[in-house]
Amino acid sequence: MTSHSIQLDQHGRLIHFLTTEGLSRQILTSILDYAESFAGVGGRAIKKVPLLRGKTVANLFFESSTRTRTTFELAAKRLSADVLNINIAMSATSKGEALQDTLHTLEAMHCDLFVVRHGNSGAAHFIAGQVADNVRVINAGDGRHAHPTQAMLDMFTIRRHKPDFESLRIAIVGDIAHSRVARSNIHALNTLGVSDIRVIAPKALIPEDVESLGVQVFHDLNEGLRDVDVITMLRLQRERISNAVLPSEEEYFQCYGLTEARLSVASPDAIVMHPGPINRGIEIDSQVADGERSVILQQVSHGIAIRMAVMAMVMGVAPGDGMVGE
Amino acid sequence: MRIVIRNGRLVCPAQQLDELGDLYIADGRIVAAGKAVDGFTADLEIALEGQFVCPGIVDLSVHTREPGFEHKATIASETEAAVRAGVTSMVCPPTTRPVTDNPSVVELIHQRQTRLDKTRIYPLGALTKGLEGRQLTEVAALRQAGCVGLSNADNPITDTEVLRRAFEYAVGFDLPVFIHPEDSYLRNRGVMHEGKISTRLGLPGIPETAETIAISRALLLIEQTGVRAHFCRLSCARSVELVAAAKQQGLPVSADTGICYLYLTEMNVDGFNSQCHLWPPLRTDRDRQALLEGLRSGVIDAVCSDHQPHDEDAKAAPFSSTEPGASTLEVLAPLAFSLASTRGFKLEHIIGALTCRPASIIGINAGTLAESAPADLFIFDEGSQWTVNAEKLASAGKNTPFDNWEMGGKVTCTIIDGKVMFRDL
Repeated sequence: MTSHSIQLDQHGRLIHFLTTEGLSRQILTSILDYAESFAGVGGRAIKKVPLLRGKTVANLFFESSTRTRTTFELAAKRLSADVLNINIAMSATSKGEALQDTLHTLEAMHCDLFVVRHGNSGAAHFIAGQVADNVRVINAGDGRHAHPTQAMLDMFTIRRHKPDFESLRIAIVGDIAHSRVARSNIHALNTLGVSDIRVIAPKALIPEDVESLGVQVFHDLNEGLRDVDVITMLRLQRERISNAVLPSEEEYFQCYGLTEARLSVASPDAIVMHPGPINRGIEIDSQVADGERSVILQQVSHGIAIRMAVMAMVMGVAPGDGMVGE
Repeated sequence: MRIVIRNGRLVCPAQQLDELGDLYIADGRIVAAGKAVDGFTADLEIALEGQFVCPGIVDLSVHTREPGFEHKATIASETEAAVRAGVTSMVCPPTTRPVTDNPSVVELIHQRQTRLDKTRIYPLGALTKGLEGRQLTEVAALRQAGCVGLSNADNPITDTEVLRRAFEYAVGFDLPVFIHPEDSYLRNRGVMHEGKISTRLGLPGIPETAETIAISRALLLIEQTGVRAHFCRLSCARSVELVAAAKQQGLPVSADTGICYLYLTEMNVDGFNSQCHLWPPLRTDRDRQALLEGLRSGVIDAVCSDHQPHDEDAKAAPFSSTEPGASTLEVLAPLAFSLASTRGFKLEHIIGALTCRPASIIGINAGTLAESAPADLFIFDEGSQWTVNAEKLASAGKNTPFDNWEMGGKVTCTIIDGKVMFRDL
């Protein structure tokens, strides 16, 4: 079994959304197209559609998150689902048991969909392998492995600005090694036909053999940003400095922080993205984060439409039974 | 009990014996292998049609989990699995609770084993108290109690001075030190081989250097102290090179690998397969090929099961939270024998790596069909195919990476100390 086969049923329909890896271009495009139909819902006087009426969605967050959880909650509510928010503090000793017990308890309450955020890579796969056949799982971020809805909202944002994926040059800058966003974006970009994907970071933040994912590695920001159309900046965690991966935030900003000056080598209409939350002055200068090239806030609002689309698709209520655009 | 086994293919690498013939057992000893014994009256006659008759397997690493982890397995459950696997002697690491760092734990293990009277158990004593890597254990007492070697198991000693002193102290008692080579700083919180698959799965990786630096460090101290050392579970190509060079240099070292490392690679971890969460980690196919070559050339002396039975919960969690180790006793012989047909190994060489060579590493009189040797042996039927079914393993640990694999051969009889312990003929 490969890491992605579990998310499709025997007809190739999406039943869990765990990773962008291994999904067809058609499925990814369907998600984007379907999300377009929800993009206007937030602007209406009544912000609801009845697609998931009577269904119960449990937001199962083993790791704290504000924006991902709230956008999932909003997405579920706009689809008229009932929503349970469960924040589970992880105890270091009994992670496995706590997880299984929690799942069985929630199943007994007849939840239809679990939205899972967990600190361990593979947690969403594990849960998808445990739940009853009619229960669906969406990965809201597992360890360093995947954050597929973030990747899709990034694709959505890119497509709105630059619809022709195949001609794009895209750079992902920062802590690739520990980033689930980077991995999910790389898989999605490759599947959507982007041929020039670059990762830019000091060597210690580049995982072993990353080229095998279909990217080029740069250690020099100026070189890597040359002529790119899209720049995704990743958040730098403080522990990279306390754990002797990097010497200081100051030097990191000096070498890898995105400033107006650094942006000048990119394509003149390049857009700047960031999955948030932003460390101003560490990976990105405020002037850029708030500047006219930044699409960071658009990413957040696109997140709701994408999550609505994915929820409806895995629950089998999307037109064409999850195979929109077929 | 007087037993005669007729028309078996008798293979005993210790004596360069490989021929069709009869084997005679009396009073727990081998009377003759191959040669006819006039006037031998047998209580039991086992008639074969050319199936293999080999010295019992001497397994250099079996975790019985007792004392301390009886919810995973017990000496009773695992010696039962062992006799079904053709394993007649097994070395047990000191990772019990309490740790095997004093004679009373060794005695407890021996008492259990004696009462059960199945596979012989040879405990390893802890190299440091509580396996904490600080204070030396009382080696004289441990040896007296029956320990055949010393080990700090999966708790690498980080303090180089302690390691040096532990080696020096062991020299005085002529006990081999079993080393699980790992630099714990480089391992950090890694759970699988650092490479292509760990990058894709986003699992923290363990670099090859975590093993090779530990081997290099140990080799320099072995050179300095003259301790007899055994490297456990080599997992990568560079490790084989380092041990080969040390042997070339004449250092008193030996090495083994686990059967899993000869069949599985990092690719098997894909899909977050916790049954393939092992320590040391499964590495690349290039590493696997090098281990096979190392076994062929003799750099790797022995193949062991590295049997680590677990309860179900230990493997039912997101990958990083699962416990490493696989239940492998019952697949050891069939997978090892298959190396002859699939990889062109000489069968005698494979059987040697399971029997006489591990026996000589721990210095026990076993692993041979020589006249008057203890009658520990097993019969292996290459014609008997079977499919692994995790739930049906005799071991209490159902955690096998080989569920549903086809096995090309089966242990059909095991004799220990001249007594038939298991028979499925």
